[in-house]
Amino acid sequence: MATEVHAAEGATGYIIHHLTPLHVGEGFWTLHLDTLFFSAVLGGLFLWFFKTAADKATAGVPGLVQNFAEMLIEFVDNQVKDSFHGNSKLIAPLALTIFCWVFMWNFMDLFPVDIFPLVGSMMGIEYLRVVPSTDLNATFAMSISVFCLIIFYSIKIKGPWGFAKELMFQPFGPWLLPFNLLLKLVEEIAKPISLALRLFGNLYAGELIFILIALLPWYLQPVLSFPWAIFHILIITLQAFIFMVLTIVYLSMAHEDH
Amino acid sequence: MSINATLIGQMITFALLVWFTMKYIWPPLFDSLEERKKKIADGLAAAERGQEEILLAEKKAKGVLKEAKEQSSEIVTMAQKRANEIVEESKDTAKKEGERLIIAAKAQIDQEIQQAKEGLRQEVADLALSAAEQILGAEIDKAKHQDIVSKVSNQLG
Repeated sequence: MATEVHAAEGATGYIIHHLTPLHVGEGFWTLHLDTLFFSAVLGGLFLWFFKTAADKATAGVPGLVQNFAEMLIEFVDNQVKDSFHGNSKLIAPLALTIFCWVFMWNFMDLFPVDIFPLVGSMMGIEYLRVVPSTDLNATFAMSISVFCLIIFYSIKIKGPWGFAKELMFQPFGPWLLPFNLLLKLVEEIAKPISLALRLFGNLYAGELIFILIALLPWYLQPVLSFPWAIFHILIITLQAFIFMVLTIVYLSMAHEDH
Repeated sequence: MSINATLIGQMITFALLVWFTMKYIWPPLFDSLEERKKKIADGLAAAERGQEEILLAEKKAKGVLKEAKEQSSEIVTMAQKRANEIVEESKDTAKKEGERLIIAAKAQIDQEIQQAKEGLRQEVADLALSAAEQILGAEIDKAKHQDIVSKVSNQLG
């Protein structure tokens, strides 16, 4: 989005400033350092927490950390068992990673919008966008990875020819082959796009509303941001959950042989 | 706001996260969950089994108790019977002993009577002899009249 209007003042400038990522490089080889940094830190946090729990894991009475980790594990495992009936070592850990990582990305949205940019500006960082899920690159990176897994498993389970047959002869039989192919391709491509855009859209809109609330007079801000934040707790969890469940569903569809 | 190389970086991070979770996080936690589930199930089964065993043991104990009661009452009955027998037996023995004693006493008495009679006869014979001596004096020869004297003494007997 119009990164060249940084200089604009007032409300527009404030909003644009908040939505501009910290970046280096030009063209395609641009890196959004804030997205990379925060998602890596959050991912590290996730791994650290669960590794701590896994190291101390016992079948006896679980500690507080293990209890919480096991709660999440059981939750994810139930979701996987509900929709996936095959045997896969990948899907459950993948779902857990997606749920936790996306949830932590989204959780960054609940911090007051000015805190991190303020700290950043003190350290000489001009732009800072702390919610990785408001960056299309982050959401697409995840959904494209999932898409690759879908294709990989489709070919692995059904065989290259089986997968090609499914693309060509379904749902309307061999006589409408081009139409089938088109329909199937759209269906497959729609999966990663809808996954990524759903998450991005929800969080981007949520962040934008926080920014707009932050523009109001100080006495109005708590009245609006408090209910919005509470509502947002629901949204961030729901979005993480949807991303996870859809991933499981797509992968279980890839495992099913028609 | 455009797709750029950040995408690649994010994909690498994501792949690393998933790999790590798959290798080091999910298996131990999931295994411990499964193991605990099994432990709890085993514990519950053991508890149930224990309860059944208690019921069984109670039943058994009741049976043993009943048997013991029956046995003891049997023993008591037998003992009473035996005691009665002993009393009867001893009564019998006492009776027999008494009879035997009476018979022995009677025999002794008879014997003594006989002895007394013998003694008396002897004495009477002696007396008669001495009386006859005194009456007849020296005329009677003891050796000569032995037959007569013994006849007399026999008649006295």
